[in-house]
Amino acid sequence: MELMRLIVAVTFGVLGGWLFSFFGRSVPTRLGSAIVGALLMGVTMGFAPREWMAYLLTPTITACMYAILTLGLNIQWGLTGLFNIGVAAFFAVGAFTSALITKPMPTGLAAEYIKQLFGLNLPFLAGALGAAAICAVIALPIGLLTLRLREDYLAIATIGIAESLKLVFQNERWLANGPQPLPGIPKPLICLVDDPPCAWLPGFVKELLAPLDSRDYSAILLVLLVLSLMGIFWLLQRVTQSPWGRVLRAIREDEGAAAMCGKNVFAFKLQAFVLGACVMGVGGALFTASVSTIDFGLFHPMNYTFMIWVMLMAGGSGNHKGAVFGAFAIWAIWTGTTFLSDALVPFQFKTQVFYVRYLLVGVLLIAILLFRPQGILPEEKGQS
Amino acid sequence: MALLEVQGIVSGYGGMEILHGVSLKVEPGQIVTIIGPNGAGKSTLLKTIFGLLAVKSGRVTFNGTDITGWSPDRIVRLGMCFVPQTENVFPSLTVQENFEMGAFIRTDDYRARMEEVFTLFPDLKARRHVKAGALSGGQRQMVAIGRALMLDPKLLLLDEPSAGLAPKMVELVFERIKEINKTGVAIVMVEQNAREALKFSDWGYVLVSGENRFEDTGPALLQNEEIGRLYLGG
Amino acid sequence: MLELTVYGIIYGSIIALGAIGLTLIYGILRFANFAHGDLMSVGAYIALFLIQVLFPLLGVPQERLSGTSFGWPLILAMPLSALVTALLAIALDQMFYRPLRARRASPVIIAMASLGAAFIVRNLIYIIWGPDKINYFPGLYRPAWQLPFDVRIRPDELIIVVLALSLVALVYLFLQKTKLGKAMRATADNPDLARVTGINTEQVRLWTWGIGAGLAAIAGIMYGVNAQLYPEMGWSFLLPLFAATVLGTVGNPYGALVGGLVIGVVQRVSTVWLNPAYQPAVAFLILIVVLLVRPQGIFGGRS
Repeated sequence: MELMRLIVAVTFGVLGGWLFSFFGRSVPTRLGSAIVGALLMGVTMGFAPREWMAYLLTPTITACMYAILTLGLNIQWGLTGLFNIGVAAFFAVGAFTSALITKPMPTGLAAEYIKQLFGLNLPFLAGALGAAAICAVIALPIGLLTLRLREDYLAIATIGIAESLKLVFQNERWLANGPQPLPGIPKPLICLVDDPPCAWLPGFVKELLAPLDSRDYSAILLVLLVLSLMGIFWLLQRVTQSPWGRVLRAIREDEGAAAMCGKNVFAFKLQAFVLGACVMGVGGALFTASVSTIDFGLFHPMNYTFMIWVMLMAGGSGNHKGAVFGAFAIWAIWTGTTFLSDALVPFQFKTQVFYVRYLLVGVLLIAILLFRPQGILPEEKGQS
Repeated sequence: MALLEVQGIVSGYGGMEILHGVSLKVEPGQIVTIIGPNGAGKSTLLKTIFGLLAVKSGRVTFNGTDITGWSPDRIVRLGMCFVPQTENVFPSLTVQENFEMGAFIRTDDYRARMEEVFTLFPDLKARRHVKAGALSGGQRQMVAIGRALMLDPKLLLLDEPSAGLAPKMVELVFERIKEINKTGVAIVMVEQNAREALKFSDWGYVLVSGENRFEDTGPALLQNEEIGRLYLGG
Repeated sequence: MLELTVYGIIYGSIIALGAIGLTLIYGILRFANFAHGDLMSVGAYIALFLIQVLFPLLGVPQERLSGTSFGWPLILAMPLSALVTALLAIALDQMFYRPLRARRASPVIIAMASLGAAFIVRNLIYIIWGPDKINYFPGLYRPAWQLPFDVRIRPDELIIVVLALSLVALVYLFLQKTKLGKAMRATADNPDLARVTGINTEQVRLWTWGIGAGLAAIAGIMYGVNAQLYPEMGWSFLLPLFAATVLGTVGNPYGALVGGLVIGVVQRVSTVWLNPAYQPAVAFLILIVVLLVRPQGIFGGRS
């Protein structure tokens, strides 16, 4: 089997096993479920025709990114009950920050038509950390301002910051080339598939990876996204099951009682809001890995705020597994219907069908609130 | 026939049961006072009678009609009004507007009734166009009671009408309650100022841990040594 | 500067009409209605349908008052569209919000449902009318009048201000003088007490939706007359609407009027120093200042 296919099949196997392990009440059923999932997804990718692989790779990479955003929102809403309608803005700020940190300052002719505040040409990890940091810097004052007030003021303020940031990015050329797109964002770990490969790799790895060429980069991206998602999930799961996480849930259930237990409710809410924003920022950084050009128009609230909310509510807010599963399930439905409408709908109705699908997302959100507010994978009570 | 008859009421908040089978009887024109320690379920009893809390078992009969499980807006129409303990006026409405809201379900001309109510509360008459939120605690209590009287009720449920008032105001509020009672309105009230309230009550109930403990005429309860020691503070 | 102030008052009276409905719904139904801007869009687009499709079919005369776009079509479209939008809002309430209320869902959950409703409504507009900007009366020339102090104002704009202020006055009279209006204020004060008093709070809620959505529809039409229609127009109004509502104290319709005018004027006057594109951000800035200095709004007591 060629190396690229092997990497993809193994990664899909791991991902499938992990996602399926969310289902089942006891350890044996979870294990059984995981094995089924791993085999199902691993074998499919191992033997599927090459075109199928291409069809499945990109949506899966995107789904991982969505799942990270949903996890960020789950910290804010699911655990703490904070209503953030500015997810897209934190996502966008993360993407732009990471882009500016990882790409070099344009020189020569390019400098004439690409303006940017800075270009540090640093590795991707620095970009991701910077994205988290800047998102924290933006989230902090919003939280400080609104989290002491009535709970829906946070929601209004997050709309406000989202709209205002959009205006800034679209009007300030010096910042990140707005309203023009910002091109030339480096791909993380692209050197793994380059010829010659990265200098820092040990010799045997270089040899191992030698069969890959630049067309196989999406496999690297897949591994990066799946590992990032699982890493963030693991980290958040630890955080949630810590005493800190328990206090958050206590606040969500009964703020007054939590305050009476001597907890500084405001500080805990603020920390949760900032942490969630950081995770969204990292999601933005990972988004830049899959595109080489970004502009603020990409970060429309329809796709990166509403969609995230629907994913979280569908999956089961309060449960990180639910958040991840919701992201994958909704994204699968969304991509599936894109595919179907491309195949079935006559050309002249294409735009209408596009909006019909968005409309159905709205219907879905309300249907979940009305009929299954706990989502597909409800929060596991008393498990911490 | 009793005006209000409560038989073996069980109720509470959500899963928590507070009343475990309480009974109570009010004859037309009576003043009935419910006393008991904190957490005995006195307010819960009033709220359950008035349909604000679900009845899990038992029966409430008002004026010959079984009203068990009725919603407050239906009960109001039969001539029973409830004055909550706190937040019992509309602060941004004037005194007169508060009274008009009391008469919301009346379709006839209620202006004459409003003047009657104002004669019961002369200090409110001069302040009829003042916002209720700007009044003193005692005056707000009068507005709340006056609002409930707008419907010309047969029975008034009062939840701690003297709570948080200065001693002088307590006396005044009790005077008003007696006057209202003289116009033929029966009254059920929950009171912390038990000694004062029992003095003018036709009947009193002692509620403990969600159950009936004692009942007797007001003066008889006052003379009962055990009750005096346990529930009236010595 | 004076001219910008005048434009600010025109724009502010549109915000005020929207914000009055928003603040009533906020006060009486006790949740932030994130679909309010989209109710404005719906009203504007229903009027578009009436003016461009239904009225020509019915043979409504097309003549206009000289120099304005106000003729029978627009005059008829306003109340009709307000009515249809009101009915739509009531239908949304019965379908979505009422079951949530009955379940005693938290205000944030109901606000989230309103976000879903906004999404549905906006995409309906996209489906029916498409994403392009549309004028009510394409190609109509409406000259401006030259007033003293270099102020230029179009007759349309004058009518908008007068109409908006008269509607506000009507709402004021309704709330002060009618039984239903007083019941609405009472329910905003204390919904539990209102129920105990015998006020039919469900009926009050329906009227609140009706009045709020009707005013939003008229505000949307006015914006359409003054500028253009596009599906996201309501969403872009949301920030000024909430800023006006919070500035004027949530639940206080007179505050919403003042808030709307203040936001409108400050937004327009800010263009002297700022890129005009930043006007929504100016509304946000005002909101932040209010939350910092006086979160209960200018008409709020202690909160």
